[in-house]
Amino acid sequence: MEPITLGGLIVLITIFALAIFLGFELITKVPPTLHTPLMSGANAISGITVVGALILLQNTPYNDANPGFAAWLAFAALVLATINVVGGFAVTNKMLNMIAGKRGKK
Amino acid sequence: MDKAVWDIGYLIASILFILGLKKLGHPRTAPTGNQYSAMGMLIAIIVTIAQMDFKVIDNFILIGAGLVIGGLIGYVMAVRVQMTGMPEMVALFNGFGGAASALVAASEVFRRIKLSEEGVTPLPEDLDLYVAWTAIGLSALVGWMTLTGSLLAMMKLKGGVEIFGTWYRTPTWGPEWLNYVKGLFLIGIVGLIYMSIEEPGNQDYVIGIIALSCILGILFVLPIGGADMPVVVSLLNSLSGIAAAFTGFIIGNNVLIIAGSMVGAAGLILTNIMCKAMNRQLIDVLFKSFGGSDKEQVTRTKVGSDPEEVAMICDGISKCVIIPGYGMAVSQCQHQVREFADILEANGCEVKYGIHPVAGRMPGHMNVLLAEANVPYEKLIEMDEINSEMAECDVALVVGANDTVNPVARSDEGPLAGMPIIDADKARVVVMVKRSLSVGYAGVDNDLFYEDKTMMLFGDGKKMMTELISSMKEL
Repeated sequence: MEPITLGGLIVLITIFALAIFLGFELITKVPPTLHTPLMSGANAISGITVVGALILLQNTPYNDANPGFAAWLAFAALVLATINVVGGFAVTNKMLNMIAGKRGKK
Repeated sequence: MDKAVWDIGYLIASILFILGLKKLGHPRTAPTGNQYSAMGMLIAIIVTIAQMDFKVIDNFILIGAGLVIGGLIGYVMAVRVQMTGMPEMVALFNGFGGAASALVAASEVFRRIKLSEEGVTPLPEDLDLYVAWTAIGLSALVGWMTLTGSLLAMMKLKGGVEIFGTWYRTPTWGPEWLNYVKGLFLIGIVGLIYMSIEEPGNQDYVIGIIALSCILGILFVLPIGGADMPVVVSLLNSLSGIAAAFTGFIIGNNVLIIAGSMVGAAGLILTNIMCKAMNRQLIDVLFKSFGGSDKEQVTRTKVGSDPEEVAMICDGISKCVIIPGYGMAVSQCQHQVREFADILEANGCEVKYGIHPVAGRMPGHMNVLLAEANVPYEKLIEMDEINSEMAECDVALVVGANDTVNPVARSDEGPLAGMPIIDADKARVVVMVKRSLSVGYAGVDNDLFYEDKTMMLFGDGKKMMTELISSMKEL
C-alpha cells in the first residue's frame, strides 16, 4: 500500500463524514415488523470488511519466512467476514420471505 | 489499463448498498433491498479479487479456502436457524463482523512490524504512521468490543450460559461504580493507542489494546438488563459498521468507509427508534441498571382458571385481540395461537394481534414468529392503532407478555414509568397465559393479574394453548 498523503486523507475523511450523514437520513420511519430484518441486513453490509481481509491476505505472503502469523490472522478475518456476509444476507432473506410471502398469498 | 478503473466497481457496490438499505425500510420493497445489498457485496468481492496479482499462488489457495469455508458455515447456520433463535443469530453474526475488522487491523499491524524487523520495509512515518496506527487502534477497540459484547449479548438473550454442563444465569444489573471502571478502561485504551504511535515497532501495546478492548466489551454489556438486549444488539450492530469504516482507513479503501459508516449511522438511528418505542433514553439503557437487584416480592395470589372456563367465555364473542410476548417465543406456541384464532374466526369472531414494539427480545420478534405461523400481515396491528380499538374488545388474550400490558406504566413510578403499553385492561375480559404470577423483566408486579375480569391460565404457553384449542372444539 502506498503511503497516504494529506490530500488523500482529507478525501477519506470527507467520504466518512458524508456517509455518516447519508446513513442518518436513510433510516427515518421503519415499521416494527422490519426492525429485525433491517438490523440483520445492515449487519450483513458491515461484513464489507471482507474486502479488507481479501486485500491483506493477498499482500501478506504466508509461505516464506515472512509474516506467517499475520497471514493467518487475515485468513481468520476472511472466514469470519464471509460467515457474516453469507449468513447475514441468507437470514435476512429468510425473515423477509416469511413476512412478504404471506402478504402475496392474501 | 490503469487498475484504478476497477474502483468504479466499488462505486457501484456502494450505490447498491445505499439503495438496498433504503428499500429495507419499507415492507413492500424490503426483499428487493436485501437482494440489492447482497449484489453490491458480490460486486465488491469480485472487483477486489479481479484487481489482484496472480503471482502469489499460495495466497489464492488461502483466499479460495476462506471464502468457501466461511460461505458454507454462514449458509448452513442461516438455513438451520429457527425463527425463535433469530435474535441470538443476529448477535452472533454481528460479533463475527466486528471480529473480522479487528483481525484485519491486527494482521496489518503485525505484518508491518514484522516486515520492519526483517528490514524489508521500514515502519511508516509521520502522517502515514498517525493515520495507520490510529485507525488500527480504533478498529481494534471497536472490533474486539463488538465481538465480546455480542457474544455476551447472545448469552443474555438465552438467559444464561452453559459451561461444562453447569448452567450459569447471566446477571441483569450492575453496580454504579462499574461505569467508572468502564471509563478507566476507555482512557487506558486511548492511552495505549497514543503510546503505540510513539513507539510503533512495539507490538506489546497492540496486544494491550486488544486485551483491554475485549474486557471493555464484556463490562459494557454485563450490567444491562435482558429487556434492553435488543437495543444493545442494535448498538453493537452500529459499532461493527464503525469498525469496518476504521478498517477502511487502514487500507485506504472507499467502499469500506462508505458501507461501514453508513451502517454505523443507520444502526444508531434504528437504536434510537427502538429506545423511543420503550420510552427510554439510550444513555439510561447503557449506564443505568434496569430491572434492579431488588425485585418486588409477589405477595398477592390469584386463582387460576381452567381452559374449559376460558373456552366458554370465548364462545360467541365478536372481537378478540391477541397480545403475544416473549413467553410465546419461548414455548414456540405461535402455531397454536394461530389455530385458536382460526377457530374463533370460524365462529364469526374478529381476531387481531396487538404487537407491542418491544415485545419479545428483538423488535419485530413477534411479527416474524407469527408470520412463520402463517398469520396474515394485515392482522398484526401496531400498538397505537390497536389501543384505540381495545375498548370494543371482548377478550384480550395475552400470551406470555407481562411488562408490555402492565397498567403501572401509566403512573409515574417504578422502572416502567412512562413506557407505552397495550391497553389490555380495557378489554371486557382479559385472559393471560403465563407460567406464574412472577414479575417480568422490569421486576415489577402487575396489577392486571389481580383484576376481577382477568383469567389466568397458569402453565406453559404451548400446553395451555393446546388445551384451550381442544376445549374450544368440544364446545
